[in-house]
Amino acid sequence: MSIPAIPLARGVEAAIEYLTLHFAFLTKALSRLVETGVDALVDAMLWLPPWLFIAALSGLAWKLAGRRIAVFAAAGLLLVWNLGLWAPMVSTLALVLIATLVAVSIGMPLGVLAAVFPGVKRVVAPALDFMQTMPAFVYLIPAIPFFGLGPVSAIVSTVIFAMPPATRLTYLGIEQTPAELVEAADAFGATRAQKLFKIQLPLARPTIMAGVNQTIMLSLSMVVIAAMIGAKGLGGEVWKAIQRFEPGKGFEAGVGVVIVAIILDRITQAVARKSPAAQTR
Amino acid sequence: MSAIEVKHLYKVFGPNPRRGVELLEQGQSKQALLERGLAIGVRDASLRVEAGEFLVVMGLSGSGKSTLLRCLNRLIAPTCGEVFLDGVDITRLSDKALREVRMRKFGMVFQHFALLPHRTVLENAAFGLELQRVDPAERSRRAAEALELVGLSGWAGSLPGELSGGMQQRVGLARALAVNPDILLMDEAFSALDPLIRRDMQEELLGLQSRMRKTIVFITHDLDEALLLGDRIVIMKDGQIVQVGAPETILTQPADDYVARFVEKVDVSKVLTAEAVMHKASSITWPKDGPKAALHKMREVGISGIMVRDRDQRLLGVISAEDAARALDAHVETLEGLIRPVPSVRLETPLAEIFGIAQFPVAVVDEERRLRGLVVRGALLAALAGNRAPERAAELREAA
Ligand SMILES: Nc1ncnc2c1ncn2[C@@H]1O[C@H](COP(=O)(O)OP(=O)(O)OP(=O)(O)O)[C@@H](O)[C@H]1O
Ligand SMILES: [Mg+2]
Repeated sequence: MSIPAIPLARGVEAAIEYLTLHFAFLTKALSRLVETGVDALVDAMLWLPPWLFIAALSGLAWKLAGRRIAVFAAAGLLLVWNLGLWAPMVSTLALVLIATLVAVSIGMPLGVLAAVFPGVKRVVAPALDFMQTMPAFVYLIPAIPFFGLGPVSAIVSTVIFAMPPATRLTYLGIEQTPAELVEAADAFGATRAQKLFKIQLPLARPTIMAGVNQTIMLSLSMVVIAAMIGAKGLGGEVWKAIQRFEPGKGFEAGVGVVIVAIILDRITQAVARKSPAAQTR
Repeated sequence: MSAIEVKHLYKVFGPNPRRGVELLEQGQSKQALLERGLAIGVRDASLRVEAGEFLVVMGLSGSGKSTLLRCLNRLIAPTCGEVFLDGVDITRLSDKALREVRMRKFGMVFQHFALLPHRTVLENAAFGLELQRVDPAERSRRAAEALELVGLSGWAGSLPGELSGGMQQRVGLARALAVNPDILLMDEAFSALDPLIRRDMQEELLGLQSRMRKTIVFITHDLDEALLLGDRIVIMKDGQIVQVGAPETILTQPADDYVARFVEKVDVSKVLTAEAVMHKASSITWPKDGPKAALHKMREVGISGIMVRDRDQRLLGVISAEDAARALDAHVETLEGLIRPVPSVRLETPLAEIFGIAQFPVAVVDEERRLRGLVVRGALLAALAGNRAPERAAELREAA
């Protein structure tokens, strides 16, 4: 006797079909709206002359992360410009910024809720594990029927893929607040909100920032992969190079990704280190 | 009315703690409870703390001191029993009313300071006021006052990490004092400090207490600290209060072997000071006295040397009978040339330090070098042997 296969795939597809049927008009409309926003941001960033953009970004890097990173940022971005990858780089950066912003503004409050309410955490923690271990490509497929080919699908799947560390490190950071400090706050009559905002969040800041850093890195890697569903940018260049078998071009675009990754990583790490609670530890 | 009154307080940790209390009331042992996964924190504790009293709680590790202390402000919710604060049972308060009580009535000082590392000393001291939503100007003013009380005015802008342990604990104390609480709870507040700093802090706390008259509940492992600070001492064992009493009562009439063993360890030489064992000088002379008068005074009370003071009662030194007799033979008129230096200690010098001095008697002087008394070898040895400790401790307390 053979055990019939559980129709998991069919079930998922049926669910997606149902959702598309009833909600796709909404998500498509949303998608068009967001797409205009993304385009506007990219246009604005491209409107700046590259040299000015590079100068501004290096200046920011200098201020936040020191001279070495600033020099690296300037040199790296000049190289990207020189290779003719400026426009793709800018569009990748814009997607990463938006995806990170969305992921953090959902992920962080969720982390706070999980830290405060054990019930929320019991649901959220396994969901995060699921989101993170599911191969990233899988998210791309259902995004299309809802949001169509293009940057919005890329952003949505990126948010799902990149959000877990923002949530997880937020609740870990809060839970790791020294018990004696929480007790001190209780002893002086703190409310739960006072404890959270005056003690736990400030002390968790380095940990939360480490989560934001990871979210940015994951966003970048996902945005590159999302080129397969029509996100442009450096990933798009890589994708083109694969299809036309141009290993040199592919390598150039890859180097561009690495440069963006290093700049984003070093700057966010420096910001995490600069947070006041980290200084006194 | 007592500031705090604890009635039949129990705290059992673990699943179904009420069942644990029932088992205890049925006479089950601590072991029997442990087998059911229940740990005894506090067991049937009843206690009154008077307003303005300095109460010290002692006991071995795990005896329930911290649990008892935390039941007073309900940081730990008692399993059963009552805790009255000025007649209000805190175990029955709503969360909001409880926060209010913690805010207004209590200040707490922690073993490892529990300061916020990302905030300045002033902001830390102002923390309790901030929680009370006192406006920032007023908050800073009161926090600055509290810092001044503990001698940290110059450090308001520093971060706690830049301060030594002793200074950090002063900040902890300032934070507690800033809210002007009726009751100070201190859980091993000085245990993490090294001995010299610890001594300073003890004296400072006593000084503050003599001015402010807070009700203080202070936990310590250290009997010397308990004897120095406590108006009364509570001794706990396995969650139970085994004895409550004035320090001298604990020393002289330990309730059982457990307490007796605690007291055994007391280091009299650290607790008792010169003031506690000194005698009044039976006779004193002035430089203007001639050798003859000095010799006469010595013979009168049967001593072989006599202390010399100036007009302002300040100690000048000692003159031996031998020297005086020789001077008399040589027809010397004054004592000036005969005065020899004498070892002297302050009133508050611990006996341990006096023991190192080889020459007796030792003069005891106050801060203006006025002669206050003498320590003779016999009295010192007697005190160290322990048989004078209780009565002297009692005198000490009266003097303090
Ligand atoms: N949260 C808890 N859960 C379970 N058992 C606890 C808990 N807190 C304390 N206990 C137990 O209660 C007993 C009393 O602990 P408590 O911390 O009050 O002792 P203590 O006298 O303060 O000891 P120490 O001198 O080590 O600080 C101990 O046996 C301890 O194991
Ligand atoms: Mg303790």
